[in-house]
Amino acid sequence: MKFSERWLREWVDPAVDTDGLVEQLTNAGLEVDAVEPAGETLVKVVVGQVLEAVPHPDADSLTVCTVDAGGAERLTIVCGAPNARAGLVAPVALAGARLPDGTRIRRSRIRGQASEGMLCSARELGLGEDADGLLELDGAPAPGTPVSVALGLDDACIDVDLTPNRGDCLCVEGIARDVAAVNGQRLVPLAVTAVAAACDAAFPVRLDAPAACPRYVGRVIRGIDPRSPTPRWMVERLRRSGVRTLGPVVDVTNYVMLELGHPMHAFDLERLRDGIVVRHAAAGEQVTLLDESTHALAEEDLVIADAGGAVALAGIMGGLDSAVGSVTRDVFLECAWFEPRGIGVTARRLGLHTDASHRFERHVNPHGQVRAVERATALLLDIVGGAAGPLQDTAAPDHLPAAPAVHLRPERIRRLLGVDVSPGAVRTVLECLHMEVAEVAGGWRVTPPPFRPDIAIEADLVEEVARIRGFAAIPEAAPVAALEIPPRPEGRGSLRELRRVLLARGYQEAVTYSFVDAGLQARMDGRTTAIPLSNPISSDMGVMRTSLLPGLLQAAVHNVNRQQERVRLFESGLVFLDEDGETRQPSRLGGIAVGRAVPPQWGIPDRPVDFFDVKGDVEALFGVRARGLEFEPASHPALHPGQCALVRVDGRAAGHLGLLHPELARAHKITAAAVLFELDQDLLLEGKVPAFRDFSRHPAVRRDLSVVVDETVSAAAVRNCVGQAAGDVLQNLELFDVYRGEGIDSGQKSLTLSLTFQAPSRTLGEAEVEASVSTILDSLAKHLGAALRG
Amino acid sequence: MADLDALVESARSEAARAREVREVEALRVRFLGKQGLITGELKGLGRLPAEERPAAGKRINAAKEAVEALIRTRRESLERDAMDARLAGERVDVTLPGRGEVPGGLHPVTRTLERIEDFFVSIGFQVAQGPEIEDDFHNFEALNIPAHHPARAMQDTFYFGDGRVLRTHTSPVQIRVMQAAQPPLRIIAPGRVYRCDSDLTHTPMFHQVEGLMVGEDVTMAHLKGILHAFLRGFFEAELEVRFRPSYFPFTEPSAEVDILGDNGWLEVLGCGMVHPQVLDNVGIDSERYTGFAFGMGVERLAMLRYRINDLRMFFENDLRFLGQFR
Repeated sequence: MKFSERWLREWVDPAVDTDGLVEQLTNAGLEVDAVEPAGETLVKVVVGQVLEAVPHPDADSLTVCTVDAGGAERLTIVCGAPNARAGLVAPVALAGARLPDGTRIRRSRIRGQASEGMLCSARELGLGEDADGLLELDGAPAPGTPVSVALGLDDACIDVDLTPNRGDCLCVEGIARDVAAVNGQRLVPLAVTAVAAACDAAFPVRLDAPAACPRYVGRVIRGIDPRSPTPRWMVERLRRSGVRTLGPVVDVTNYVMLELGHPMHAFDLERLRDGIVVRHAAAGEQVTLLDESTHALAEEDLVIADAGGAVALAGIMGGLDSAVGSVTRDVFLECAWFEPRGIGVTARRLGLHTDASHRFERHVNPHGQVRAVERATALLLDIVGGAAGPLQDTAAPDHLPAAPAVHLRPERIRRLLGVDVSPGAVRTVLECLHMEVAEVAGGWRVTPPPFRPDIAIEADLVEEVARIRGFAAIPEAAPVAALEIPPRPEGRGSLRELRRVLLARGYQEAVTYSFVDAGLQARMDGRTTAIPLSNPISSDMGVMRTSLLPGLLQAAVHNVNRQQERVRLFESGLVFLDEDGETRQPSRLGGIAVGRAVPPQWGIPDRPVDFFDVKGDVEALFGVRARGLEFEPASHPALHPGQCALVRVDGRAAGHLGLLHPELARAHKITAAAVLFELDQDLLLEGKVPAFRDFSRHPAVRRDLSVVVDETVSAAAVRNCVGQAAGDVLQNLELFDVYRGEGIDSGQKSLTLSLTFQAPSRTLGEAEVEASVSTILDSLAKHLGAALRG
Repeated sequence: MADLDALVESARSEAARAREVREVEALRVRFLGKQGLITGELKGLGRLPAEERPAAGKRINAAKEAVEALIRTRRESLERDAMDARLAGERVDVTLPGRGEVPGGLHPVTRTLERIEDFFVSIGFQVAQGPEIEDDFHNFEALNIPAHHPARAMQDTFYFGDGRVLRTHTSPVQIRVMQAAQPPLRIIAPGRVYRCDSDLTHTPMFHQVEGLMVGEDVTMAHLKGILHAFLRGFFEAELEVRFRPSYFPFTEPSAEVDILGDNGWLEVLGCGMVHPQVLDNVGIDSERYTGFAFGMGVERLAMLRYRINDLRMFFENDLRFLGQFR
């Protein structure tokens, strides 16, 4: 809602400057979005009166005017405007003036005729779009008066960003009411006197949908002069509210809407047939609106119809065929109350957000229609003349919303605000807001005015008290609560720790969108059904992610394309799985490593990252539980089939790890090695509380064995075989070398194992260790065809 | 008996000629070892008459001590020289870079979230989580935003076409917490939220932290106190803070909180007293209990804190951006 500060100050004029007023508004919950000057700074632009206007001797379209601009000398000004005529009062830009578009005015000669200034149109002064003729100043301001004074341009346009509960402030009267209340006053409403009927012209109105439209006030005005201009003061107020002038009748309806908050409509009575019916649209009905758009209506839509069909979309926009225009003689004025929800539904479905629908959706006063029509009638009669018929108030009172009284307790104010407010102050605030306040046992019974349907419960009244007194009046206090020790399960890890593990290993945290490209995701995670969004922001963000990998890959590609040679990213977040119609939203932790294994540095050979570098990162994430981890060869659509592992924890699948599939790497133009992992966060966070086990204090014996096995024999198989054969005395087993090449047949590899033997309660003898080693070797030979390397 | 003085002198000159610890050791063996020259003198004492033995013994011992001392001195000197030479040889250029991994950094959103969580956890709030695909009840209905409420138009919602939505705020977590437990309640709920809006100042996904405290004596004064203290702590500055009336369907009264920045007031969060209808919706006695709730935009706080000037950078994951928050 945008309005002129001067206009507001005609209603209520607190002793504060513009900044002070803006602060009052904002502190009352009417947040000021912008304050703009009402007009450009106009220096040396004054009121001039054309005393004489004669055609230019050498140019048909030009007029030579003699102008009184307040100075001792009369000015001669050559002008091309069609309305230049003797007697006209219009702005004159004197020599030396600079117009808003940058034009500098100088004495000149136009077609041989001296010209000592310029008569101006509204557009030339930055006062609107009208460039058809000179701006005609009414009210007979004295020649020489600065135009900024004559037009009251020392004014500010204040734009308030209203919350949807404050439909009552979508008009100057409503804003004035709150400003008055903030200043401890009760606004005196604009006095509107009823216009007596000058003729008996009426037009029948029938309410066929009384729940959707329980009140419809109308009036016929006959014999207007549609060519009468809208007075400059009204044009200026409309302009300062951001409303264009569209002819006197529409201007008046817009003006009353801005003034009193009631959207109105004016029909050309001659275009209406038989009578008005307010009804729901018939199936298949169509209407063409003022903006020349045609809409197919649904039965939930409310229309204003005549005998020929819909003539307006109720509460949203008038129809094209029945609109007032330059030849309209008889007008039918409409001001109604429409049920807000229905207006909102239709406006949204048809994509028609108008000044009217915006207000009706936010509740207009169901009892203000008569006043608005009287006000509009009086203005119209002044401007376009005519004879008003009787006011017609058609209502279905049972369907009009009531404003029930609300009980307010002083103790509730204290409990909500944390501060006592004196009964007198409470009463003053509520009465300044035009509420009826009655003392009752334990507090007050408060009846809100009909324009405040947002006041429905006690807390609403508490807010009004707080709001008008200012939130600054509420003290600040530290909350007090019983000290409690919340459970902190020691056996459960935290995401914070996991993040730090990855940070220390060179990963940078990323945050990617939860919606991804359906195609890329299908290629990288084909096994799960992605949940599509109905209204995605773009097609490449069309489905919810089922995996973190597509987002991580794209983030890595973004960086690779920007000359980053080594990229390590991780992300933690939800994925969204549709499993037989059930949606699961588990947390995952994923990562990608592209490029060098280690940052470029001296003394460490440069090599690309590989599977085992990232496997080490995954093992580190599982921390001490890494021993319980298993990595099985697996397949995954995003990963290289020969370098992909399923990660298991205690037998449960916990995610995947592997080299990016070469086809995906090629598709994304990644030439460097890229390794990805994605793990179930819940399993990562599982842990246990440490339990001490006594350890052997006897010396340990270490034996290293190199065995040769087929390439197909996995390290895990060797490990398991050794573990089973060795028995209890094997304390530890490490694989510390894998060798292929000279001395080893092709198709075979040599694995070097380090075995540590130790018994819990005695020193192991040499013979015992030798026996165990030979059992191990026998078992390896028997089960895996392994031979001791010679 | 040999000339002890000559013996000592010969040991002295030989020690001086020794260039390595090994040579000094050989010298020691020659003079002081089991078969050594001085040791031989001591062994010969027995052959002297008893009355001469004490004096001779004294002289031999003096000579022995002298040789021991000069050998020790020479050994120490050589050892010191050897150590000096070794140290000089092992000198490195300490300005060469250290080896190993360069640690990464948290995303600025996480960094900010962790700070926010720490403030509230330190005063007894617990961290709660909720789903991001939400049902209409938790995201709207229970929060007093019925279908067709104009407030729904305030939030551009992502839909799935089956009544479910991507949560538009973290407020549904309030509802889930209050459905599960009775007051007193003190929680914060950090997480991703979604709005169907994308331009210079909006991203379709961003982060919020919701806060909720419900109890028998929770007032707006407490809300003001806690948020002001939080903002002071978060920005580590004595900020000027303004609470101004606003509107959220799920709080009454409702407020927006602004901080005074270099260019005027900046909106940083929304808050209010939990609407009694919301308490009733989850089965909490709104006569007995009151509560406050607040919601803050994490990116907004991070932008102010770290002077980030472009919201969209948060989700581009460009290392030149991310690397600045280590």
